[in-house]
Amino acid sequence: MNSISVQARKPHRKLTEEEKAKERRKQKTRPYFMVAPAMFFLVVFTFFPIVYLIVLSFFKYNLISKMQFLGVDNYVRLFTVETTFGVALRNTAIYTISLIVLLIFLSMLLAIWLEHSSILNAIAQRLMFLPHLCATLTVAVVFQWLMNDEGMLNAMLRFFHLPALRWLNSSDTALMSIILISTWKSLGYYTLIMLSSLKSIPTELYEAAALDNTGPVRKFFKITLPMVSPQLFFLLITITIGSFKVFDTVRIITEGGPGDSTNTVVLWIYNKAFSGTIQVGLASAAGVVLMLIMAILTGFYFKALNNKIYYQ
Amino acid sequence: MVQTSVKKRHRKAYRINRTVKKVLSIFGRCLICLIFAFPFYWMIITSLKTYQESIQNPPTLWPQVFDLSGYVTVLTKMNLGMYFKNSIIIIIAVMAIQMVVMVPASYAFAKYDFKGKKLMFAMVLVANMTPTVITFIPIYIMFAKMNIGGRKILTTLWPQILPFGANAFGIFLLRQSFMQIPEEIIEAARLDNTSEKGIMFKIMLPMSKATMATIALFSFVANWNAYFWPLVMCRTEEVKPIILAIASLKELEVGLIWPTIMAGNTLVVLPILILFAIASKKIIASMAYRGVK
Repeated sequence: MNSISVQARKPHRKLTEEEKAKERRKQKTRPYFMVAPAMFFLVVFTFFPIVYLIVLSFFKYNLISKMQFLGVDNYVRLFTVETTFGVALRNTAIYTISLIVLLIFLSMLLAIWLEHSSILNAIAQRLMFLPHLCATLTVAVVFQWLMNDEGMLNAMLRFFHLPALRWLNSSDTALMSIILISTWKSLGYYTLIMLSSLKSIPTELYEAAALDNTGPVRKFFKITLPMVSPQLFFLLITITIGSFKVFDTVRIITEGGPGDSTNTVVLWIYNKAFSGTIQVGLASAAGVVLMLIMAILTGFYFKALNNKIYYQ
Repeated sequence: MVQTSVKKRHRKAYRINRTVKKVLSIFGRCLICLIFAFPFYWMIITSLKTYQESIQNPPTLWPQVFDLSGYVTVLTKMNLGMYFKNSIIIIIAVMAIQMVVMVPASYAFAKYDFKGKKLMFAMVLVANMTPTVITFIPIYIMFAKMNIGGRKILTTLWPQILPFGANAFGIFLLRQSFMQIPEEIIEAARLDNTSEKGIMFKIMLPMSKATMATIALFSFVANWNAYFWPLVMCRTEEVKPIILAIASLKELEVGLIWPTIMAGNTLVVLPILILFAIASKKIIASMAYRGVK
């Protein structure tokens, strides 16, 4: 086997000038061939659609009849006639802000609490992480069942002589319930990231602080927080982008109801594009607005926070 | 004499304080475990109850009679095999295309210098940040107009495969991993007349096994669980993946038959549970890596 491969090897020899030039030319073009397939897919399925989306947002189009140019009418309608879009936007904002606050606060707290290695902590970390791997469908359906009027959560509340809640069935509590479900699903993942970040802090820093008799609160703000700031930044961006595109949970459980209390931007776009009177142009305009919000927020985060982060 | 008794009392108070703290902390940890385990427990238990028992109030924590009719309904009343096959085809096809597209691109971004590299890599990063909820309308319209082999492309599985051909996040991760491979190894291979393809697949890839495993894991979990994209692209029953089939269990019978719905969801979570039971440590390590890098 070995001898065959040795024989098959090309003998080393000096290359002629012509061959060298050819080789050099190949060296220059080769990387382009290597990135070409990736670039093809990215252009066709990300960049062209973005441009096409912007174009569509200026037209009236129902997938069947001819496209009709409207100018900025769709955008004007979004913020005047289509009052439900404003509701969806507000709901999405509440959802996003709640998740940012809840997830960052709780994941920090739990990571510090579950940091030292013990069997119980290992079990807790694994159990917390599991929902992150499971389908949103399953999580949503199981919670719909738990939050049923006659479901397990109300049975528990009654057991402790507390008033039962209407959870997903009342417009007062539906959005809160959705926020609760999303927090449950992704808390374990973010805790895990905070945990691995905490573990990477050099112990000498804490030892030095212990020598100086630094209190735990001061230790947290002067050592822990600055050292985990890159991960907090990552969390902030992923949670923001992830929350703005919330769709699965609300579509599966409430379809935006009761009323419009859990309608979100993506659900609104989806419904305008695919159900009832199909209004692709209007849906696209909303898509452009969503894209702009995400881009502005991400840009803002990078600008505002980049110099406050401590990179090791 | 007086002093020692005070000291003793102090020590005792301290010890009680410590025990209380310890009990509270163990209790808290158990509570967390309960909060995260109970929904799974409840799903499986409900799937094993009769319909009558499932809606009983107050609910029973353990089934009085074990009943498998939920599973029987899921397995007989719909063509689960077809949906399962669709999911598997999509997962394998996406992974195969991603491999072929991702590996050369990552290699070029990691080890070559060429004009436009910065711009192209910036495109990868932007694509990584652009969610499909932004691009789905134009892509749907594109596919609605396309035919493949005389068939409308929307009646095939391609719309659920092609848009994920370039895995921007994967390219980013793999480039990172390729960059850590020392230049000398590549130079030595070139002197040995190893082709660039050979370097890529016989040297770079084996040295990036952990990263490849991470990418494959993400790809599998994401495609197995995908809900939004199939919902947009599936216009016929024949191309639906398993998640959409399980989602339609709610409409299978009149009213919500919870044991059936929970049985379907237990089945769909099962592969993930098994995977996690086998490799939870590795999965957790690779998932944490994503956030730290």
